[in-house]
Amino acid sequence: MAIASSTRKGRRPARYSAFDIFRRGVTHSDWPRSFDQHELKKSYDAVIIGAGVHGLATAYYLASNHGITNVAVIDKSYMGGGGSGRNTAIVRSNYLTPEGVRFYDRSVKLYEDLSVDLNYNVMFSQRGHLTLAHNDASMRTMQWRAEVNKLQGIDSRVIDAKEVGKIVPYLDVSEHARYPILGALYHPPGGIIRHDAVNWGYARAASHLGVEIHQQTELLGIDTAGGKVTGVRTSRGDISTPIVVNCTAGWASTISDMVGVKMPLITHPLQAAVTEPVKVFLPAVIVSGSLHVYVSQTDRGELVFGASVDPYPSYSMRGSLEFTEGLATHILELIPSIGSLKLLRQWAGLCDMTPDYSPIMGFTPVDGFLVDVGWGTYGFKAGPVSGEQMAQLIATGRTPELIAAFDLARFADGRLVGEKGAASVGH
Amino acid sequence: MLLIDCPHCGPRNSTEFRHAGESGKSRDVANSTPEQWRRYLYEHDNPLGWVRESWFHASGCRRYISAERNTETNQIRWVVPFGAPAPSSDADKETGV
Repeated sequence: MAIASSTRKGRRPARYSAFDIFRRGVTHSDWPRSFDQHELKKSYDAVIIGAGVHGLATAYYLASNHGITNVAVIDKSYMGGGGSGRNTAIVRSNYLTPEGVRFYDRSVKLYEDLSVDLNYNVMFSQRGHLTLAHNDASMRTMQWRAEVNKLQGIDSRVIDAKEVGKIVPYLDVSEHARYPILGALYHPPGGIIRHDAVNWGYARAASHLGVEIHQQTELLGIDTAGGKVTGVRTSRGDISTPIVVNCTAGWASTISDMVGVKMPLITHPLQAAVTEPVKVFLPAVIVSGSLHVYVSQTDRGELVFGASVDPYPSYSMRGSLEFTEGLATHILELIPSIGSLKLLRQWAGLCDMTPDYSPIMGFTPVDGFLVDVGWGTYGFKAGPVSGEQMAQLIATGRTPELIAAFDLARFADGRLVGEKGAASVGH
Repeated sequence: MLLIDCPHCGPRNSTEFRHAGESGKSRDVANSTPEQWRRYLYEHDNPLGWVRESWFHASGCRRYISAERNTETNQIRWVVPFGAPAPSSDADKETGV
């Protein structure tokens, strides 16, 4: 399946720099478009479904690492409008399984250099990440995670309630709380990032290398012949291509059904909410599995909250009152002083949950139909590494070692990668 | 809020219920092959649209019920006691919301 690199090159990128801001300020010259628009061609070397962080990163690394630029990224809506723009922008690598820890750590490393690589400020703030434990079982899981993390070279350790209180003074670490904080898993490299900038940065960089991004282009069907992908049908015309990569969240089952590949997925909405901005007071990302809540403060001062997925499967992205009620109850347990803050808005994104809380990446029984799906509640933080590894898989035709554990065949072979203890909020 | 019209208790908030999965899956414990077990355990239709499913009324009558719901709109077309036949096919011809 390996593809030869294309000779076609995109236009020369206009680099962003302090000098450029100054020059354009003085000369009043316009900024160039961040990415190009194209007519849909009749054929591509690969078509990527979904212009979110996974699809755009895959396209970018195909072009930058492997020289494959005859690639289209299509999306039925707008770029970064799905999970990539709806997540709570938390990045971390303190997972539970060695496979998961290695994989997400590569993502953190890529995120650390992303602003320079893409020439786009993604505002990655490694402010530290605290997973609170409110009972002995959670403390055991935190110890377990810390030991697995340390073995993989990750900065991750268990701290007691006193130290938690030192890092985040506004947390209620008293023993009189309804769910007293016994300790936490502390992960200093974890943090938050500006998710829109990650999407736009990948899109701009991929476009400069010659990749075409087609928004408002809905996938209607996938054509196969003799068990091989031959092309796709879209709302803007048919395309012939030997490779289709399903990089969607929410519609992963629907698209896989087009080629008759059944996915072990159940789609749940996940809701999030944001408050009005206040002065910066929260220095780290706080997660509480027992209280089903996580919170961080953006650089603008808003508090961003997330929770566990909604309790029943749905593709509806309407918010619910139960979510805000539960959220307020739980977050005030942790930080009583924010009781008078107002919520600005709430929203939902779709999460394709797998049985083992690990993603599904790689080949399927249909030749040329690749998947990068099942990203549950942890897809955004894995965007760069998924793009890098999927690009390598497409270019070489072989599954890279880093993602070998996450193949679809693991459900037949009984090789599940159980990440529930570190990937699910309500465990 | 999702309102579920429990055939035993009347209309109640979905928070009283536990979602128990898609209906219609069955297994033959004595004669299943590993492949059939895999399908039973892991593969789901996960449809975008109408789905027949089971709910457990955990904070009510504590009985299972069957329902047909649209996963795109969360509209519920019918709810019947678990195992009861689905209402007449007229409902199936409706296009829904």
